[in-house]
Amino acid sequence: MSLVKITDLTQRFGGLTAVSDLQVDLEEGGLYGLIGPNGAGKTTIFNMVSGFYTPTEGTINFDGNVINGKKPHSVTALGIGRTFQNIRLWHDMTVLDNIRLSQHYHLGYSVFEPFLRTKNYFKNEKRIEDKSMELLGVFNLQDIAHEYPKNLPYGIQRRVEIARALAAEPKLLLLDEPAAGLSSADVVDLIDHIRWIHDNFDITIWMIEHQMEVIMNLCQYIKVIDFGKTIAEGTPDEIQKNPQVIKAYLGDEGDIYA
Amino acid sequence: MLTTLLQNIINALQWGSFYSMIALGYCLVYGVLRLINFAHGDIFMVAAYIGFVIVGFLLKFITGSGMSGWLILAITLPITMFLTSLLGVFIERVAYRPLREKGAHRLYVVITALMVGLILENGNLAVFGASNRKFPEIIDKAVYTFGNVRITNLKILVIVAAIVTFIFLQTVVNRSKIGMAMRAISYDKFGIPLMGIPVNKVVVFTFIVGSSLAAVAGILFGMSYPVLDPYMGMIIGWKAFIAAVVGGIGDIKGAFLGGFMLGFIEILVVSFFSSNLKDLIAFTILLIILVIKPTGFFGVAKSTKI
Amino acid sequence: MGNFQQKSLFTGGGIVFALLLVLAKFGMIDLYVQSVIMFIGINIIFATSLSIVNGYMGEFSCGHAGFMAVGAYVSSVLSVLLFTENSLLGGSLLPPSSAIFLFPFIILIGGVVAAFAGLLVAFPSFKTRDDYLAIITIAVNFIIVTALNNMAFVGGSRGFMGMKKVVYAMTDVVKLPYMLFWVGTFVVLTIFLIRRFFTSTYGKGIIAIKQDEVAAEIMSVDTNKMKIIAFMFSSGLAGISGGLFAHVIGYVNPSSFSILKSTEALVMVYLAGMGSLSGSVISAILFTILLEILRPFAILKWVIIPLILILVMQFRPEGLMGDKELPDLFPKLKKYYKFK
Repeated sequence: MSLVKITDLTQRFGGLTAVSDLQVDLEEGGLYGLIGPNGAGKTTIFNMVSGFYTPTEGTINFDGNVINGKKPHSVTALGIGRTFQNIRLWHDMTVLDNIRLSQHYHLGYSVFEPFLRTKNYFKNEKRIEDKSMELLGVFNLQDIAHEYPKNLPYGIQRRVEIARALAAEPKLLLLDEPAAGLSSADVVDLIDHIRWIHDNFDITIWMIEHQMEVIMNLCQYIKVIDFGKTIAEGTPDEIQKNPQVIKAYLGDEGDIYA
Repeated sequence: MLTTLLQNIINALQWGSFYSMIALGYCLVYGVLRLINFAHGDIFMVAAYIGFVIVGFLLKFITGSGMSGWLILAITLPITMFLTSLLGVFIERVAYRPLREKGAHRLYVVITALMVGLILENGNLAVFGASNRKFPEIIDKAVYTFGNVRITNLKILVIVAAIVTFIFLQTVVNRSKIGMAMRAISYDKFGIPLMGIPVNKVVVFTFIVGSSLAAVAGILFGMSYPVLDPYMGMIIGWKAFIAAVVGGIGDIKGAFLGGFMLGFIEILVVSFFSSNLKDLIAFTILLIILVIKPTGFFGVAKSTKI
Repeated sequence: MGNFQQKSLFTGGGIVFALLLVLAKFGMIDLYVQSVIMFIGINIIFATSLSIVNGYMGEFSCGHAGFMAVGAYVSSVLSVLLFTENSLLGGSLLPPSSAIFLFPFIILIGGVVAAFAGLLVAFPSFKTRDDYLAIITIAVNFIIVTALNNMAFVGGSRGFMGMKKVVYAMTDVVKLPYMLFWVGTFVVLTIFLIRRFFTSTYGKGIIAIKQDEVAAEIMSVDTNKMKIIAFMFSSGLAGISGGLFAHVIGYVNPSSFSILKSTEALVMVYLAGMGSLSGSVISAILFTILLEILRPFAILKWVIIPLILILVMQFRPEGLMGDKELPDLFPKLKKYYKFK
C-alpha cells in the first residue's frame, strides 16, 4: 500500500533548480534511504514533504492526501514526524517538555482552558504527560525527563529528538542524517535503535544519510540523487555496484570496485 | 497648478534630503554591523547644537572683521564634523564595542543604542534647558525665481549636499578597499579578522563617516529650520530610520531613495490634507510597505537554513 | 493549587492587602504613598504584559505604550460617557452609582480593544522578526499616538479628563479606596493568568517559538496562531494597565504614551531578565521606586535610568534574574509555589 507517492516534484529557487522531476513511491511499513553527495537536494526534498517549502511543480501525496502547500504543523498533524541534521531540540526546556510539545496539535483543549483550569484541561495534560513518560520509558530515557538537552551527551540528544518525533504518532518518520556528529560507538547504537523502532512501531521510515554503514545495514530500498535528479534506485546491493553512484561519489578516477 | 506642484517638489526634495542624509548614516552602520544605531538621530541633534554653539561663538567674538557667512560656514562645518565624529567614535568604543567583542546578542546592543539616544536627549535638556534655541542666520538667502516657482540658495545647497553624500558613499563603499572591508564584515563578523582585516579600524571609520554625515545634516537643518530643541533628533531620526528600512536598510541607494520617498509622502500629505495628519499618514504608508515587503524595496531577504 | 503552603501564601497576601485597604480608607496611608503603590501596580501589569512577547516569545516589541494608550482612552471615554457629565461628551448615560459594579468591566473592555489593536503587530510578525518587527512596532506606536492627537472628540493633543469624576461617582456611594483595590486586583489577576498560561503545554508552545521557531512549526505548533495569542494577550494586559493608569491620574494625553513610555517598559523587562516573571515584577517595583526617588532630579532622572540599563547590558545582559524565577534563587520558596 503506497503511503507516500511523489510525482514530478520540482523545486526552483530563482535560477537554481534544486530538485527536478522526482518520482517517489514508498510502501507502508518500509525502511527507505535517500543518499547523494552534498548539495544534491536531499534536505530540500524533506523540507517539501514536511511542508516547509512549497514545491514549484509536482504533487506530494501522503496517505491519500495531497500535502504540497500545507503548513508544516498541519503536515505533522497528518502523520509525518521529522528529525533534523543539526539537532533542533529546545535546549532551555526539559526533555519532557520537548516530548509534550510535539503533541501541541492534539492538546484536546482550547486556548481559554489553561486560564480556567477546567477538568478537561487537567485530563488532557495528564494524558499528554503519561504518554510522554511512557514513550521516554520505551527508550529508557525516563530518568532524564527533567534534564535539559543542552546538558546531555549528543547521542542521547539524538535519541530524545527521535522520541519527540515519535510522540505525535506519525505514520512516516523522516530522519535527516541521524548519524551526523555521532561517534562510531554511538552509530552502532543508532543502527540498532532505528531497527528496533521500525520493528516495534507501526511506522514507515525514510532516512537521509551519508554514513554508508547506516544506510546499507538498515534500508530495504535506496534512492540516489545528484544535482536534484535521481541517478539510481534499488536495494543496497544493487546501489553499491551501480557505476553511476560510484561516479557521483568518487568521480571518474574511482574505479575502486572494478 | 503646475507651479504649486513644482514648488512642492522642490520642498519635498529639500525635506527629503535631510531624511536621506540621516538615513544614509543609519544605513552605513547597519550595513557593516547589522546594528540599528538608534542613537543616530540624536547624534544629528547634538551636531546641530554643536554647530549652534560654534556659530554663536564665531559671530560674537569675531564679528568685528565682518566675516562672510560662507566663511563662517566653512569653519563651522569641519569643526562640527570633527567633534561629532569624536562623539560617535566615543559611543562606539565605550558602549558598542565591548558588546561586539563579547559576541553579545544583537538585542543588547540595540537596547544600549536606544539608551544612548535617551542620554543624549536628556543630557542636552539638562545642559541647554527646556527652551528652544534659535540657530543664527549665517548666509544671506538668495532667492531665485523661475516663473512663479521660488527656490533659495539654501534649498539648493541642501539638495546638492544630499546628492554629493550619496555619490561619495557609493564610491567609498563599492569602489574602495575600505568599502570592500565594510561589506565583508557585514557578511561574516567573526571570520573576517582571520583574513587580516582590522575590524575595529573599519568600524571606527564607519562611525566617523556616519557621524560626519549627521553633522552636515545637522548644520544644514539648523540653517533651514532654525528652531532647535532636544527632541528634534528623535522624531526625525525615527522617521529617517523607517524610511531607510522602507528603502531597504543596508543598501545605500535604498536609504537614499527611501529618504526622498518619505519627504515626498509628507509634503504631498501636507498639501492635500492637513499638516496634522502628515505624521499619521506617513507612518501608515510606511507600515503598509513594511508589511508587504519587509526587506524594503532594495533590501535582500535573508532566509533561514533548515 | 491545593496544598497548605500555597493556601497560606494566598491568605497571608490577602490579609496584607486587606490591611492596606483598611489603612487607606481611614486615611492612615499618605495619599502620595498610595499613588506610588498604585503606580507600582500599574507598572507591574505593564511590564509583565510586555514580557509575554519580549520575554517568553523572544520577540522585540518596542511600541508597547501604544496598546496602553488604546486601553487608557477606550476605558476613559467609556467610563466618562457612562457615569459622568462631561463637557465634550455630554451627560452620563447610566446612573453614576452603577460605576461601582461596572468599573472593572470598563477596564476589561479597554483591555479587549487593546488586544485587538495588538493584531496590528501580530499579523506582520508572521513574516518578519527581529529588527524589522521592532520597526513595525515602533511605527504602530507612533500611529496610535498621532491618531489620538488628531481625534478632536477626545481632546486631541490637549488630552482628555474627567476620570476623577468617575472615581467620585464611586466614592459618593461608599467611601473606599477603589483605585487601590482595583489596581491590586488586576495585578493579582495578571500574574495569575500569565503563570497559568505558561505552565500549560499550550503556553509552552510560545516558549518553543523563542527557542527554535522552525522546530516548533514542524513539531505541530501552529506558530501563527500562537503569535496572535501572544500579542493579543500582551496588548490586552497593557490596555488594562492603561485603563487603570488613566483613572488613577484622572487625565490622559497622547504624549504620555510615546516611545518614551515604551522605553520604560523595555527597561523594566530587560532589567529583570527576559525569561522571568518574578523578575519582571521585582523590576517593575524597583523601577517605579527609582523613578520616585529620582523625581527631585527631574531631567537627570532620564540620564541615570538609561545609564543603569547600559551598565546592565554591559555587565549582566541576562538581567537581574536571567531565566530564573524567584524559587530558583530561594529554594525554600518552592514549597509555596511552583513555576515550572
